[in-house]
Amino acid sequence: MAGRILQIRDLTTGFVTEKGIVKATDKVSLQLEKGQTLCLVGESGSGKSVTALSIMRLIDYAGGMVLEGSIEFHGKDLAQIGQDELRKIRGDKIAMIFQDPMSALNPVFTIGDQIAESLRLHRGLSDSAAWKEAVELLRLVGIPDPALRAKQYSHELSGGMCQRVVIAIALACRPDLLIADEPTTALDVTVQAQILDLLRNLKDELGMSIILITHDMGVAAEMADRIAVMYAGVIVEEGTVQEIFNNPSHPYTVGLLQSIPGLDGDRGKELFTIQGSIPGLGQIPTGCRFHPRCPHAMDICRSQEPSDYWITQDHRAACWLFEDNKVNKSNQRKVKGGV
Amino acid sequence: MSIVTKETPAKDLVEIKNLKKYFPIRKGILNRTVGHVKAVDGVSLTIKQGETFGLVGESGCGKSTLGRVILQLQHATGGELHFDGQDLLTMNSRELRALREEMQIIFQDPFGSLNPRFHVRNIIGEPLRIHRGMSSNEIDREVVRLMELVGLDASRRNRYPHEFSGGQRQRIGIARAIALNPKFIVADEAVSALDVSVQSQVINLLMRLQKDLGLTYLFIAHGLNVVRHISDRVGVMYLGKLVEVGETESLFAKPLHPYTAALLSAIPKPRISDRRERIVLQGDVPSPANPPSGCRFHTRCPFAQSKCSEVEPQLTEVVPGRQVACHYPLG
Repeated sequence: MAGRILQIRDLTTGFVTEKGIVKATDKVSLQLEKGQTLCLVGESGSGKSVTALSIMRLIDYAGGMVLEGSIEFHGKDLAQIGQDELRKIRGDKIAMIFQDPMSALNPVFTIGDQIAESLRLHRGLSDSAAWKEAVELLRLVGIPDPALRAKQYSHELSGGMCQRVVIAIALACRPDLLIADEPTTALDVTVQAQILDLLRNLKDELGMSIILITHDMGVAAEMADRIAVMYAGVIVEEGTVQEIFNNPSHPYTVGLLQSIPGLDGDRGKELFTIQGSIPGLGQIPTGCRFHPRCPHAMDICRSQEPSDYWITQDHRAACWLFEDNKVNKSNQRKVKGGV
Repeated sequence: MSIVTKETPAKDLVEIKNLKKYFPIRKGILNRTVGHVKAVDGVSLTIKQGETFGLVGESGCGKSTLGRVILQLQHATGGELHFDGQDLLTMNSRELRALREEMQIIFQDPFGSLNPRFHVRNIIGEPLRIHRGMSSNEIDREVVRLMELVGLDASRRNRYPHEFSGGQRQRIGIARAIALNPKFIVADEAVSALDVSVQSQVINLLMRLQKDLGLTYLFIAHGLNVVRHISDRVGVMYLGKLVEVGETESLFAKPLHPYTAALLSAIPKPRISDRRERIVLQGDVPSPANPPSGCRFHTRCPFAQSKCSEVEPQLTEVVPGRQVACHYPLG
C-alpha cells in the first residue's frame, strides 16, 4: 500500500542475561498507515516499550538487540542499518516521547535551548533562527507566553507543561512518525485530557502517524485507529479500534476489557478477573503464553504456540479457538470468552 | 435511583469538622516561616460505619494528607477529629497507639511499603507482636490464617517481599492491615500501581474483606473508575477543600460542581461509543501555597463569574445527601 510508512515483520528483540538470551518480544508484526494512530496496549512486561525502542533501535543502548525480523520505514530496514544512519532518522523522521516528562528534559538547559538543539542538528538552522522556531513550536503545543517560557528551566514548569515541551522537541523536525510511550500516565486526568487533545490536533494538522503505547484501554479507545494487544512479548490480537472493542476475540483481550471497573451498573458487584499474574520473561509458558490464565485453555494450547488467525479480514488473534475460523465462511463462529 | 440502603442507620465512625493541615514553608538562614502550604484547609465530613468513602482529586489536592491526618500519622493544624466517639486531637501518643489497632492504612507502592529485609511472616506478624504480645507460635498460626484470607500461599511465609509479584505484595500489605482486626482502613491509592488484570483481583479482595469483617474504608484514589466501583459515597477535593460530596451513583450521573463535571468528563472511557465532547480544563492546578481568592476553582472554571473570585463558597447541602461548594451549581 502506498500510504504505509512502517512495516514490522517478525521482530524479535532480546536481552543478554546470565541465563542466556531472554526474548522480550517474539515475532511481532505490525504495520502503520500514514496519518493513522496505532495503540500498543498491554500490561507491564508485555513488551510494548521494547517494541517501541526496537523501532528506534534505542534498544541497542538499553542492553538489548534486535535478533530477528525487519523494520521497514520508508523502504529502509531499520534493523539492518548502522547507528550513524539511524541517528539521522531519529529525531528527524521518527521522534519519541516518554512517560516522565520531568526526567526527559535536561535540568541545566533552558527549554528553548533544548528545542533549538534538534533544529540546529537536524535542520542546520542558525542559533537565532533555531530559537525563533523553538518559540513558535512552544506556541504550537499551546504553551502560553512562549517567548518567556523558552528562557525557563524544566523545574519552573508543571508536569503537563513539561510534557508539552517534550512534544515540542519531538515535533521540531516535523517527524513522519511519533512514538509516544505512555505520554500521559504520569499526569492527572484533566491534564491528560489536554495532552491527548493536543496530540490528536497535531496529528491532523501535521499529518503524522502515531504509535501510542498505553496500558489504559480508555486512552486507546479515544485515540486509536488500530489497536494491537500485547501479552508476554507477543501480539495476541490486532485490529481496528471498532473491532477490538465491539468484537474482542482473544480471551486475554476479553478479560482485560471485562476487568475494568467503573462501568455503568456494576458498582459494588464482583469484578471479572483474570486468574494468576503476568509471567516474567524468564518463565514464559510453553505453547500459548496465556494458557495458564485462560478460561478456555485446551490441550493444544499447552503444547503449541498458536499462529495468527483471522477473525475478519482486518482483525487477527493468535488463539487456537479460531483455528477453524474461515473469514469467508458465512457461519462464522464467534467465540466470546468469559461468557 | 438505585441506592443500596442499609437496614439500620449506620453510626458515624469518623467525624471531621473544619480539619486543617498546614505545612510551613521555611526560607533563609534564619529558617523563618514565610508562608504555609495549606494541604488540607477546612475539611468537614463524616464516614459512616461499614461504608466505603471514596476521596478523589488530582495530585496535590490534599487527599493523601487528609487520610494521614485522620490516622494521626500527621498532626492536624486545627479543627476537630473524632474516631468512634473519641477525640483524636487531644490524645497523647500512648492512647493513640492503643487506638491504632482500630485504624490501619494500605499504601500505594507495594514495593516501598514492605521492609525488604523482613520475611513476609514478620511483616504480617509484626503488629500482632507489638499490640497483642503473641508468642511466635501463635503469630505463625495467625499469619497462616491471614495469608489464606487474602489469597496468598501460606507456605511462602518465610520468603522475602521481592519474591512476590506486585499484586501479591499488595495482598501482603492488606494482610498486615487487617491483622489486628481494625474497624477502619485508609486505602491510599491501594490499587493504583497495579495492572488492570491484577487490580480487579485486589478490588474484589478488598470488597470481600469489607463484607466479611465489617470494615469501613476511606478509599483514596485518582483513578475515578475504581472509586466509582468500590465507593458508597464520594468526596471530590480541589486544592485542600472538599468541593462536592454525594452518593456515588448520583454524583457520577449528575455532578453539580463544575470541577467534578470536568474531572468526570476527562476520564477516557474504554468504549468507542463514548467518543464525545469533553470539558477540557485550561491550565494547571494552582499552588496550594498561594490558592486563588474566593472559590479556588474560579481560575479554571468555565462558568466563573465575578462573585466567584471574591466570596468563598461553603460546602452546603443542596439535595439531601448531596453537598456542594459552588455559588452556581450545575443542573
